[in-house]
Formats: sequence, C-alpha cells, structure tokens
Amino acid sequence: MAGAALLGRLSWRVATVTAIVDETPRVRTLELEVPGWPGHVAGQHVDVRLTGEDGYRAERAYSLASAPGEPPVITVERLENGEVSPYLTQDVRPGDAFEVRGPIGGYFVWRPGDGGPLFLAAGGSGVAPMRAILRHRRNSMSEVRARLLYSSRTLEDVIYRAELDGEAVVHTLTRAQPPGWTGYARRVDADLLREVAWPIEDEPLAFVCGPTSFVESVAAGLLELGYAPGRIKTERFGATGGG
Amino acid sequence: MSLISRGFGSRRKDANVDPARVPPGQHVTRDFPVLSAGPTPHTPLDRWTFSIENGGVLRTWKWEEFRALPKEPVTADIHCVTRWSKLDTTWEGVSVDTLLEVVDHDAGYVLAFCDGGYTTNLPLEDVTGGKAWVVYTYEGEPLDPEHGGPARLLVPHLYFWKSAKWVRGLRLLDADEPGFWETYGYHMYGDPWREQRYSGD
Repeated sequence: MAGAALLGRLSWRVATVTAIVDETPRVRTLELEVPGWPGHVAGQHVDVRLTGEDGYRAERAYSLASAPGEPPVITVERLENGEVSPYLTQDVRPGDAFEVRGPIGGYFVWRPGDGGPLFLAAGGSGVAPMRAILRHRRNSMSEVRARLLYSSRTLEDVIYRAELDGEAVVHTLTRAQPPGWTGYARRVDADLLREVAWPIEDEPLAFVCGPTSFVESVAAGLLELGYAPGRIKTERFGATGGG
Repeated sequence: MSLISRGFGSRRKDANVDPARVPPGQHVTRDFPVLSAGPTPHTPLDRWTFSIENGGVLRTWKWEEFRALPKEPVTADIHCVTRWSKLDTTWEGVSVDTLLEVVDHDAGYVLAFCDGGYTTNLPLEDVTGGKAWVVYTYEGEPLDPEHGGPARLLVPHLYFWKSAKWVRGLRLLDADEPGFWETYGYHMYGDPWREQRYSGD
C-alpha cells in the first residue's frame, strides 16, 4: 500500500554527481551515486541540501527522473533568481558531491499494479516524474497503455527529447514552433484534452505535473471530461523565484 | 558537520530577511506557490457548510451564518514543508476558539476535513488559544480557490499542510489519527522550528 511510504527516519546521504546531461539551454539532468540509496518508486522526489564553505545551507526538493532500480537522477531547471538551481545547472561538475534525503512522497507515485491507462500531462520540467513513470513502465514490461501530453515553450525547451521519441507523446509548443510544425501550438485547453486524453470509459489514471497555471487548467479540463477527482494526481511547482 | 558543496554560497538570498524568522531548511519567497494532491474543488457557496462533528454533527453553519460570526484579522509567517516560507501574510476569518466554544466536548485532537477528501490532524491545544483560524480572505481579497477558497484552515505555527485548504469542518477525536499527508509519511505534528517534515524527524 502506498501509505507506507517512509519507514523510520530519513537520513541525509552523500550524492556524488556521476554524469551530467545538458537537456536544454536552461535544464540539466544530474545522475547521482548515493551509497545506501534505499530505492524509490516512480513519481517520488528527493530533498537536496547544499552547504557553502561558510556553513550557509539551502535545501530544495526535486522529482526523481529515473525508474525504480536505477540510480537516482534529478532534472533541474535554472530559475534566474534562484540560489540552488543555478549552482546545479551551471557550477556543479562530475565528481562533485552534495547531500540528499529521500525518497519522499507516497501519493504522486505509480506502480505497474496501479494500472491505467495512464494519461500523463507535463508542463516544462514537470516532465521529470513522467520520465520515471514511463521508464518504469517500459523496464517492467507493463502492458498498461500510457500517453504523455507535454507542453513546452519551444522545441528547444523539450527535455528528454530523444528518449521521448520512443514513447507515445503528444507535444504542444506554446510560444514558438519550428517551420513545418504540425503538432499543437497552444496552451492546453479542454478541446485539446478531449482530443488527446483517454476516454473516461477506459477508467484512466491521470498524473499532472507542471507550473500551477498548467496543472490548474489540465486538472479542471479532465474533470470536465468526466475524470474522477480521485484519479487525477497533481504535483505543482510555483515560480517561487527561490529555486 | 555536513558536506561542503564546492563553490556554493555566492548566491545567498534572503539578505534583507531577519534569519530569526526563517525556520531551518526554509527560504523566503515573495509569491505564493500552490501545492495540492489533486484538482481544485469548486463548491458553490450556497452548498457550503462548516461543521463540528464527533461521530455525529454537533453544529453546522451555512456560508452566510459563518460569515456573520465574529471575525479577526491575522498577520502571520507561513512555512511550507516544500521549503518556502512567506512572511507577514494577512488573512481574515473566524478563530477556531469561536467555533469550538459553542460545542460541549473533551476531545484531545481534531481532524480537519475538506472538499476533495483531504484531511489533516492536529492536537486540540494547537487549534485553540488564539492559534488557529478558518480564514476566507487573503491580503484583503476573497480567498482564491487555488489557495483553498472559499475558506481554509490557518495554523501558522505548524507546516502549512496543516492549514487545510477547502476546509469544511473539524472532527473531534479522543486519540490522534493521521490525515492525508501524515498517512504518506509526513510528520504527525509538523513543527517547522524543529524541522518535523517527515515521520521520524
């Protein structure tokens, strides 16, 4: 049962950066080696703690982007006024270390036994937990159908582009589209969801992650289609200016 | 002694904030992030009620009746477990003392229940004595649905998940029982100054 998400006290562990992937000009994926990592469920997140030489500390939470059984991976978007995300997207190098605590969260998670079909909707870097879910589905050879609706500003802002080419993804590019773009080119609305989301007769399970405005409009649109509120799991991140 | 992250520290924020007002592991934000596990409920005001229960319903107020109760302005710092804090937020609403004084009980705990099925648990002494409110305005405006409108609980001395959005009532309990996030591993009490984020902290 998902309720037993955490057992005992979560301790801080040392995470060493083993590889860095530049996803977009503002987004990086960090692969981590964490001795003693207890394993995680798709959709969970991790707390990251940085400590400066003067003892100053900052903590933030990031979704895990790797499947269960894989080493922890986080994908970080640089927020211009942030203090942690600029460090993680610009300064950190392979071999550097910081602290992590986790995995955390037992609600916004998917296990193959939870079924589907899965309707995943991601805005921007909200695609990180969806990658974990899609990889887990593939690795476990689950027969649950999955479809990802992914909203990005431009094609250059699409994260995991090559990997997602192998998945059932519907892109929408809200700000600018390359010449010849035949996909959606607007913010997600009720009509778009009607065309893309699984019909309610299939009793779909929806995961929605992205900025607040994205999550609000997708969740409201799914309710309008008749999705059950308890079958729509959401994770929101505000532009807090503090990331 | 914790691990030093090479080269980190040059972007220290919160320079104009009194550090004594920011609990450990938190940072100050100026906007108001939204966190909820599911879709935002929209209950029409003519179907909204607030109830005090203990197995049966002890007292219920309709929206207009609730709005006629004595109200108080509240200014408070709030602290979300996802690590943002927001200072000097202003609210208006009804003290939980006002709601509980009309019922006869000897409960030790309450479970706040909400539209959408959300619940959260609190010791009675943390929602009485001028420490908790059911608020319906934020910064002078009606509370947005995204932020828990029409009314939410406000218990600013605990992590903000205890300040349940879309609150519809309080269930009086003899013994503590976990609410929604508490069932998923978050701390039963949630004191930000003791960094009680997760079970076991």
